[in-house]
Amino acid sequence: MGGGWAAWFARRISLSLLTLFLLSLVVFAGGQLLPGDVGREVLGPLADPRAVAALDHQLGVDRPLLLQYLGWIGGILHGNMGSSLEFRAPVAPFIGAALVKSLKLAAVAFIIVVPLSIGAGVAAAIRVGTLADRVISLAGLSLTVIPEFVSSIVVILIFSVWLRVLPISASWTAGAGPLDQLRHLILPAIPLVVVLFGYIARMARAGTIEALEADYTRTAILKGLPRFVVLRRHVLRNALLPTITVIATQTSYLVGGLVVVETLFRYQGIGSLILTAATSKDFPMLEAGILTVGVIYIVVTLIADALAVLSNPRLAPGMGG
Amino acid sequence: MSAEQSVSAVRPLAETKQEVLEDSQAPTRWEVLRRSGTFWAGGGIVGFWALAALLGPRLVPWDPYATDLLHELAPPSAAHWFGTDQLGRDIFSRVIVGSRDILTIAPLATLLGTFAGATLGLAGGYLGGLFDIILGRIIEVLVSLPLIIVALLVLVALGPSSVTVVIVIGLVFAPVIARTVRAAVLGERALDYVAAAELRGENALAIMFVEILPNVMGPVLVETTARLGYAIFTVASLSFLGFGIQPPSPDWGLTIAENYGVIAGGYWWAVAFDAAATASLVVGVNLLADGLYGALAA
Repeated sequence: MGGGWAAWFARRISLSLLTLFLLSLVVFAGGQLLPGDVGREVLGPLADPRAVAALDHQLGVDRPLLLQYLGWIGGILHGNMGSSLEFRAPVAPFIGAALVKSLKLAAVAFIIVVPLSIGAGVAAAIRVGTLADRVISLAGLSLTVIPEFVSSIVVILIFSVWLRVLPISASWTAGAGPLDQLRHLILPAIPLVVVLFGYIARMARAGTIEALEADYTRTAILKGLPRFVVLRRHVLRNALLPTITVIATQTSYLVGGLVVVETLFRYQGIGSLILTAATSKDFPMLEAGILTVGVIYIVVTLIADALAVLSNPRLAPGMGG
Repeated sequence: MSAEQSVSAVRPLAETKQEVLEDSQAPTRWEVLRRSGTFWAGGGIVGFWALAALLGPRLVPWDPYATDLLHELAPPSAAHWFGTDQLGRDIFSRVIVGSRDILTIAPLATLLGTFAGATLGLAGGYLGGLFDIILGRIIEVLVSLPLIIVALLVLVALGPSSVTVVIVIGLVFAPVIARTVRAAVLGERALDYVAAAELRGENALAIMFVEILPNVMGPVLVETTARLGYAIFTVASLSFLGFGIQPPSPDWGLTIAENYGVIAGGYWWAVAFDAAATASLVVGVNLLADGLYGALAA
């Protein structure tokens, strides 16, 4: 068994590294190849050709492509993510500060959505086929596809404009305490919760139904164990495993959602940093931001897969049986 | 129903028995679809917006582009049912006509993704071997990238235009559809009709597109409808961010981006109707996909 686990892990790590390499190629192509003449893009169509050539040389974009890629990726591996064209300063501190803010927002969203959606999914599964199940399933199915900017508008109108109970902007004044920060993060978290709810609830429901129909559950019921003990010990433990993986894969949707939500609520996280860099054609900042969220996503899915396989070795293909 | 049964009554006994069983126990896909509430609700919503996109400009009471600086941000009234925006344009007319661009770009992107993905999936599933292994790895890597971000990067690099949006979203969706089609093709690969076609000497392209494709259309159709929902989600979000549909289109995402600054002043109608329109369209497409999926699973 140990050998199988190591082989699975080696294969999974190599897949992550391959994904990482491909992501770096995409980011490199998007940031340095596709724009054509970067200096011209940055300085505009009316700039002096000599200034454009000088900027190209300064950025190193007049070198052969392979050298450019190696220089870029080598710099990143040594912790040098490049300098922002917009702020004329290294990008790393900007990325770091924005990341902390985004993690706060994402944490609030996950703290709300994980118990809510798992609870709803399990509740639907226990009453499968009833009206409650149908309502929960349909709500999940519909909410999942509502773009974040639409649900943002709805919550802003209700809670900020009409009821006036929560702030319309997510940015707090300097020195705000944790509770005040939380108050600013509730509204922006809701659109993220709305999108994530459907997926997680659907997986929790499917996993619970499967576990309820399994032989070990029947055995536990026939042994005469109380209903909630069966649910907690036999059903939930097996049902929630696949849900962990789903939650991890949702980080990629979450990143897309952060771009929209942070822009709308004027919150200086990694999403709005990426969008600002995109709008001002600040390619080093854009590349560093996208690479950062890509790496986070790859690491999170790797950890989730490893957790799932560790707790249920049958999930790993080619292991045991 | 009764006509089908009377026809089957004159067939050989073994076959009749089978058909009667199927008729009485498992309803056919069409029956499931006909009775599916989600399918009809979704179809109704999508049909409404499709009509609005086709006929909108002829039906609306005002010119959606005509500004009226004397009636900026006027609340909903008998003259302007949904009120007017910051330039005095009629919001009702803009919401109806605003369905046109997104209902052109999102389906085109979905079609491109379906065509590219189905071709790759058919080739991988049918040809197998090294090609399939390499394709499988590439797909596995591509579907694990944060795709909205990748789409955003490419759009920034190439400059936003409707054609770029169609191509980028189509290419981003292709591996997802390829994965579904490949799985379905693997199930068909070993069946007799494929072997028969090979014995007849048909070439690989004909076998993939003429023999196998019609038999995997079910999963392809469901995946395509579900992808259409995501395409609308993505195009709308990109338009909101400024990298999708461009001004002066009355597109919903674009309108919300242009007007959400005024809602703090209480001008809710400047964005509320566009938000409701976007939500209804994505939910409608998703209900349609769910109905189709239910019928396919029957």
